[in-house]
Order: sequence, then C-alpha cells, then structure tokens
Amino acid sequence: MCGVDGKAAATYGWEKEKPEMPKRSRSKTEILKLQQARIEVERLGKGPPLLLLHGEDGYELNADLMERLSSRFEVFLPRMPGFGKSTLPDTIRKIDDIAYLWLDLLDHYKLQKVTVLGASVGAWLALEIATKNCGRIKKMVLAGAVGVKFGGAYDRDIADIYFHAADRVRAMRFYDPAKDPQADMTGYTKAQALAVARQREATVKLCWEPYMHNPALRQRLNRVTSPTLVVWGTKDGVTPPKYGRALARALQDVTVAAIPRAAHFPHIEQPELFGQALDSFLSD
Amino acid sequence: MKFYHFTEFAWPHLPPEDEYTSMRLNLPSSVYDPKIGADLYNMCLDQYVLADELGLNCMVNEHHQTATCLNSSGVVPLSILARQTKNARILILGNPVANLADPIRCAEEMAMIDNISYGRLDCGFVRGVPYELFASNRNPTETAERLWDSIDLIVKAWTTHDGPFNYEGKWIHKRHVNVWPRPYQQPHPPVWTTGGSDLNHACQTVTRGFTFAMFLTPVDKLAAMFNGVRAWCKAQGLQRPADSQFAFMPLVAVGETEKEALEVIERVFWYVTNNKAEPQHRAPPGYVETSLYADFLSGRFTGGRTDAIRQKGMEYFRENHVAIYGTPDNVANQLRALHKKVGGFGHLIAMLHAGDMEFDMTAKSMSLFAEKVVPQIRNLGTVRKGFGPLPKARKRKAA
Repeated sequence: MCGVDGKAAATYGWEKEKPEMPKRSRSKTEILKLQQARIEVERLGKGPPLLLLHGEDGYELNADLMERLSSRFEVFLPRMPGFGKSTLPDTIRKIDDIAYLWLDLLDHYKLQKVTVLGASVGAWLALEIATKNCGRIKKMVLAGAVGVKFGGAYDRDIADIYFHAADRVRAMRFYDPAKDPQADMTGYTKAQALAVARQREATVKLCWEPYMHNPALRQRLNRVTSPTLVVWGTKDGVTPPKYGRALARALQDVTVAAIPRAAHFPHIEQPELFGQALDSFLSD
Repeated sequence: MKFYHFTEFAWPHLPPEDEYTSMRLNLPSSVYDPKIGADLYNMCLDQYVLADELGLNCMVNEHHQTATCLNSSGVVPLSILARQTKNARILILGNPVANLADPIRCAEEMAMIDNISYGRLDCGFVRGVPYELFASNRNPTETAERLWDSIDLIVKAWTTHDGPFNYEGKWIHKRHVNVWPRPYQQPHPPVWTTGGSDLNHACQTVTRGFTFAMFLTPVDKLAAMFNGVRAWCKAQGLQRPADSQFAFMPLVAVGETEKEALEVIERVFWYVTNNKAEPQHRAPPGYVETSLYADFLSGRFTGGRTDAIRQKGMEYFRENHVAIYGTPDNVANQLRALHKKVGGFGHLIAMLHAGDMEFDMTAKSMSLFAEKVVPQIRNLGTVRKGFGPLPKARKRKAA
C-alpha cells in the first residue's frame, strides 16, 4: 500500500492553493459518431494520453480533476451515452456495450500507452476495457470501483443506491455528506435538472440488473495486465474497503491507496490525498 | 354501463404509523398474522360471491411485498372466482406482465380461467406501480416497452391455432409457443390496460380495440385523458371509440342516509390515508417521464396524487368524483354527472371495501349499490359491437 500521509506532492498540480487554475473553457469539445451513438468528448492538455472515465453521477465532469490532470497529460473525457450531448441509442443496454464504444474511441484517436482513470462506474468501464484489450493501456487508476461480484448470492456486495432513502445513500457515498455535489438540487434550473435526470435514467438502464456488476467480469480479470492503482475511501459505504481488497487480490500488478475521511468518491472528498496517491503511482 | 366490485385485500392491522416508514417493500411480514389473515382472505372472497349474487361483476388485482394488498397473485382469486361465481364477468386488472418472468405462462393461465369460467374473463395487463420494480427487479426503463411486447405476444399466442411459432424479440425469447388450451372466448378475452398521464399509452390501448381504465383520477384529468384519446382517434381518421372502451374506478359507498354513506366512505377512505411509502420507491429513475423525474429531483414536484389528495377533505373527493357516496339517488346522480363530464365511459369499478371494514357494512353498501343505483344507470353509455383494431371512420356523404 502506498503512503498517503499529506506530504506535499506538487508534480501533477495537486497542491491545495492553486490561485491560477486554468480555465476549463480552454478545453476542446468534439462530437464523434461511434456505432449508433453520438459521443461528446472533451479534450484538454498536452502530453501522453489519459482517458478519464466518469462515474454514474458525472461528478468528474464538473470537478477540477481534468484541469489538474491536464498539466501533464492530454486528457480525453468522453461523456457516457445519456450524459451531456452523448446520445443513448436503443442498442446500448449494458456497461459492456459502452466498453466497446470506448475501445472504438481509442481506435478513433489512435491512442497507445493510455493511462485510464475511472471512478465508480467509470472504473468498472476501465476494467471492462482492460479485459477486452489491455494492449493499449499503460496504467490504470480505479477509484471506488464497482462492476465485479465477489460475494455469494446472499451477499450485497454493492449497496443499493435506489432502494434506500436519499439521506442514507448520501451517507454511504460521502464521509461528509455536504461534499455531495448534488446534495441540494432545489436551485437547479429545469435544464440542469433534466440533465441529471437523463444521467440517472441512463445509469438505471445500464446498471439495474445485474445490479452494478457484470457476472462475467470476475473470471476475466486475469486479462488485466497493466499496473493498476486501486483507490478506496476508508469510509466507503457503497463498496466497503473489503470490496476494494477483494478487487486488489484479483488483479496482478496492483497498488492500493486507502484514503481516510472519504467514502465512495475519494477524488471528490479528498482531492489532495487522492492526488498524492496518483502522483506516487504515476511517477513510478 | 357495467359495474364491478373491487377490494384490494389490504392488511389493516398495522403498527402505529410512526413505527414504520413504508407499508410497501420493507415492512416485515412479522406484522402479518396468518390466523387473522386467513379469515381476511376468505371474507374478501365472500364479497365477490355476494357481488355475483347481486348481479355485479368482479375485479381483482395484485401487488407484491406490501401490506396494501395481500393478493400477491391476482391469478389465485381469479381462479377461485372462475368456479365460485356464476354470472359475473371476472376482471383481472391486471397481470403485471412487464414484470413477470414468463408472459406465455400468463397466456396459459388466462386461457384456462377463461375456459373454467365459460368465457367470463376480462383480461387486464398493467405496467405496475413503481414500487413493484423493487420486488420484481425489472429495469424501470424497460417496462413500458415490455408491457406492449408481452401483450402482443400473448394475443398472438391466444389466436394462433395452427401449431407452434417462435419468437426472438428484444425482451423475450421463446423457441416454441403453442398455447393450450385456446381461450373460451373467440378470438380471445377482452383486453384491458390501465394508465396515468401517458396519452400515447391510452391511445395505443383504445385503437387496438382494448379497454383503457383509470383509477382515482380527479374528474378534470379523467376528462382530459378520455377526450384526448377520442380527439386523437378522430385526428387519425378512426371511428369514435365506444364508451365501453373506457373504465374508471372511484371509491364508492351507498347508505340509506347521507350520514350513513359518509360513515362508510370514511372507512373506504382508509385506502387513501394508509399508503405510507418512501419517496425513492415512488420514483426509480426511468419509470416516469424524464421531465417529471427532473421535477422530482429539483423539488418542483412533491408527492404526487396520493400526497396531494390525502391532505384534502372528503368533500373535495366528492366534487372530483374520486369518492362517490350518498343515498342511492344521490350516487346515481353523481355517476350520471361524471359520465357526462368525461364524455362517456362504459365500466364503473366500485371500490366498495377497504382497510378494516367489516363484511356486513360492506355487504349493505354493495347491496344498495346493486339494487338501488345500478338499475337507474344501467343503460348509460355506448357499447362496442365489433372486435379488433378501431376501424376507419366512414366518410360522410357530401350534402
């Protein structure tokens, strides 16, 4: 396990005070036609390629993660079907289908030696891609991954975010519930609320059953050969730390980072500690 | 007009309301006492036998993992009524076919019941309320499509008599469909669906020649929906659907006096006031239209029909024809007025029992309804003679 002890690690721009944060308006947005879908891809920065795969709530679309990563990478941030301007055609029904879309995306940009960073459902997608074709992946970073079933039929590996009351779900997902970017949507315009509604519908379409996992993924994990950083919030109530440990055991070349005072989205709750873990892993 | 008796077989012996968060899905079955429950099942079935004797028809439904409805399969009471009633139409409204593992099993069960009852089955299919998706595990984004795919497959299975066919659709795969028995009614039992605010669904139902039903809908919305369907049919150049293609279910109580009727309707009203549920179970993403779900997320929409109406008094319900109660003449007048306001409908499903109402109280209200109300308004409404999809309208000759 790599240390996350608060030491300053500014290589990738993770220091707390950063008064001159580059504007996201510098990023470039493209619409690609991949299979039956139109996919919105945001690009920012110069350097080796990094594919940033957002999770079920798209927190990573608004967080400054992309900005920070763009100081050393050319970051590709595609919107999952149903998110932003990306369409969700009828033919896409599983996360597995999107994994093939993202493989097409790597083809489109002719990307080699890509670093893939995914959060939650985005991390699931990273694993799906790596089990299909790991040849182009240099390193992977998985934050609060879902997608794999480790327990038995009666085990609830991944907490049901649909069944429980909103407050309880928020407490499972965030160590500090106030850090949920969607904690209070009462001020949202209709357009903003519609965008979130579309995202959530897309996630339900793709992840309702089997719930947040692909039953076939567990036995395919042997195909993941790239060095992988598994990042976990020690207070994760959606996929508790033992899920992260099970995932780490199932992978070949793995580093684990446990982030204190964070739950399912450590990169949102503790961006500095997350950055240090990332820095240490990516500079190896 | 056809008249139906309905009870939802609710479990009324609940803990104090502040001791549970929902009557549905997470209320443990330790709350249910089989010794009392067995009597309750039989008391409700006795109501249907009485309905048959009184000349009323019967409607049954099903819900899952909930104290609001002990029929976790509508097929069970329907099967019993196929034998225990003699004349009544027996309506299931409905089979939650989008949530069922096997629609062909449903086609077989319904065909059997149609035979055993000598062709008295009316076969409803429903998408199911949102709570059902947690019990069935069915994906909320799929059930609207699955409902129609299943209905189409069942109707084809009922009406194919020249040996097996195969089916490999989007949602259902069947290598071999050859349903035995064929239904008693030819070509198949009348088909019904229910709906809320989705006009497209209602139009699909009616243009296929099926019956569209709404439950506990305030009169303005009911009229908008029924008239919306009629206007759509007209715009498509189709014949005006008969009243018998529209159905409505209000709460109903009839008393010898207004005071007595009010006492009874307040007991039927248990159905509205005892419906505690957790909000997230009402709105899994993908179940309602995106716009409505967005309003739910941003707080523009709170609660919905049940929460809004449970805060208003009984008179509000009477004005909106959601609760129809009074002396026989008064009830007949309310139904005439309702019929006129919504542009006509052909089936009145009367929820005459709910909650902890005793059999005798229910039986008296049912008897007054059947004997004193129904004869006054039996002839209301037009009845469809034909079968199958709604035909094109005949062009009027030029004057």
